[in-house]
Amino acid sequence: MNIWLSLSKDKLAVMSLLIIVATLAAGIFAPQFAPHDPTEVNMQLKYAASSWTYLLGNDHLGRCILSRLIYGIRPSVLWVLVALAISVCIGAVIGFIAGYFRGKIDAFMMRICDVMLSFPGYVMTLAVVGILGAGLEHILIAFVVMKWAWFARVIRTAVMQYSDMDYVKFAKASGSSHLTVIVRHIVPVTFADIAVISSGSICSMILQISGLSFLGLGIQAPNAEWGMMLNEARGVMFSRPELMLAPGLAIIIVVSAFNFLSDALQAAINPQLKTAQRKLQASEVRVSSYESIRG
Amino acid sequence: MLSVSHVEKSYKTGGLFSNERQEVLRKVSFECSHGECLGIIGESGSGKSTLGRLLLGIEKPDRGSVLFEGENVSDHAVRLGNISAVFQDYTSSINPFFTVEAAIMEPLLQQKKTRVDAKSKVDRLLNHVGLDSSYRKKYPHELSGGEVQRVCMARAISTEPKCIVLDESISSLDVSVQIQVLELLKTLKSIYKMSYIFITHDIQAAAYICDRVIIFRSGQIEEIVPIAKLKDVQSDYARKLLKHIITF
Ligand SMILES: Nc1ncnc2c1ncn2[C@@H]1O[C@H](COP(=O)(O)OP(=O)(O)O)[C@@H](O)[C@H]1O
Ligand SMILES: [Mg+2]
Repeated sequence: MNIWLSLSKDKLAVMSLLIIVATLAAGIFAPQFAPHDPTEVNMQLKYAASSWTYLLGNDHLGRCILSRLIYGIRPSVLWVLVALAISVCIGAVIGFIAGYFRGKIDAFMMRICDVMLSFPGYVMTLAVVGILGAGLEHILIAFVVMKWAWFARVIRTAVMQYSDMDYVKFAKASGSSHLTVIVRHIVPVTFADIAVISSGSICSMILQISGLSFLGLGIQAPNAEWGMMLNEARGVMFSRPELMLAPGLAIIIVVSAFNFLSDALQAAINPQLKTAQRKLQASEVRVSSYESIRG
Repeated sequence: MLSVSHVEKSYKTGGLFSNERQEVLRKVSFECSHGECLGIIGESGSGKSTLGRLLLGIEKPDRGSVLFEGENVSDHAVRLGNISAVFQDYTSSINPFFTVEAAIMEPLLQQKKTRVDAKSKVDRLLNHVGLDSSYRKKYPHELSGGEVQRVCMARAISTEPKCIVLDESISSLDVSVQIQVLELLKTLKSIYKMSYIFITHDIQAAAYICDRVIIFRSGQIEEIVPIAKLKDVQSDYARKLLKHIITF
């Protein structure tokens, strides 16, 4: 409850949250939101400027850009989030076990992670796509395979740092079980770290999906995807730069919203940061009143 | 009540494939009886905190055993409600996300006490350690070092344990606060009748509160003496330690 209260005071956080919720809703209910069929070709409307029926105009095949943008949320945001959630979950389980119990189990798991991390990311993706064939779902599988080891390493480091704290020692000493200690003491403090690294990789994953779609390995041609829309607009970058605007801005806005939200969440969860902010605000008030007195 | 027999502990040094081990504890055996305050004195690095962790069952000894009323302390059900601890570092001894109230209630809720019971107990506990109920909603970073250690003591006594391990609990406090906290420990002991294992490098503090002290040196027990006979210790090392204090 507290978290919501302090989040609601942060205007940027509220706006980010609204943007994210709106984006997700638009993606899930794309058929209801989109004014036209995103794959409907209409050569008479090639490069048409925005009009009342086609709010954002039309692309090189006369397809509705707004509809393509809305349908593009599905692969670009929704599926990326699913892949991210799966890899963070796998990484978290392994990271928590390795960081909390340490010893042999930690050494064993980290060697597996090292092996996974020693493959260059794109080579791994290409290998998976080579075996399974082109397609969004195969790229998502490749993402999960590639990313979990990295998350496991980062989360393990965070867990190790916190599991040495005296309050963890106290909880163990006073007879709490391992699961209770992890859930009550380690998950909340590492959550901020996990949120920050996840939101950081949302951005890179969105961009990677786009890159792979450009290579023809991801989303297949008539379907919409933000990165692919950018690539299609790239051909006419100098004659019609406005075509890059819609997908480009969409990526920037969504990625920034995730970043701002994770920052705000971190501040809202951590009581130490909260009072630091209050103090800062108080001192700012004092300074400004002092300055106004001085004239 | 708490019996330690032939405990040994070593830690790996060096990398993954090195087999070198540093022996931290060697053949440590002693007993602590009900209501006793047993001091463990030694230089820093002599393995006192390691011994403390073994007593609390956080780590397991390589050899030997630590038994609480005949049962192994490494089983967390044995410790639950019976053994508690106060540590040195007041900056990390309370979860930064917990209020004072939540921190004190934690061990109570572990024992399957109801929330209402636990809540009503917090005020009484805060009172015992000399804080008022306005502290309930404060976060640890809003407290001074002495106040945090008081809250830690309230948390430690909340389940009325039979034994509390205090690992350098007063060492990071100012001298005047140290005396207040020592007084508090004495008062609490007279109320709750538990035993203390008081780990410290400060002989004066140990002499003030303990009934018996173990003089600890590089992982071994040098000597165990009742506090009344502290002046006539046998071993050279213990004499040297004491002389240090007296010349000061
Ligand atoms: N977890 C650990 N891993 C490796 N070495 C340790 C560990 N804990 C303690 N030691 C070593 O054990 C020795 C004793 O440490 P400690 O028990 O903290 O001593 P004290 O509390 O008396 O100052 C030190 O030399 C330290 O390097
Ligand atoms: Mg120590």
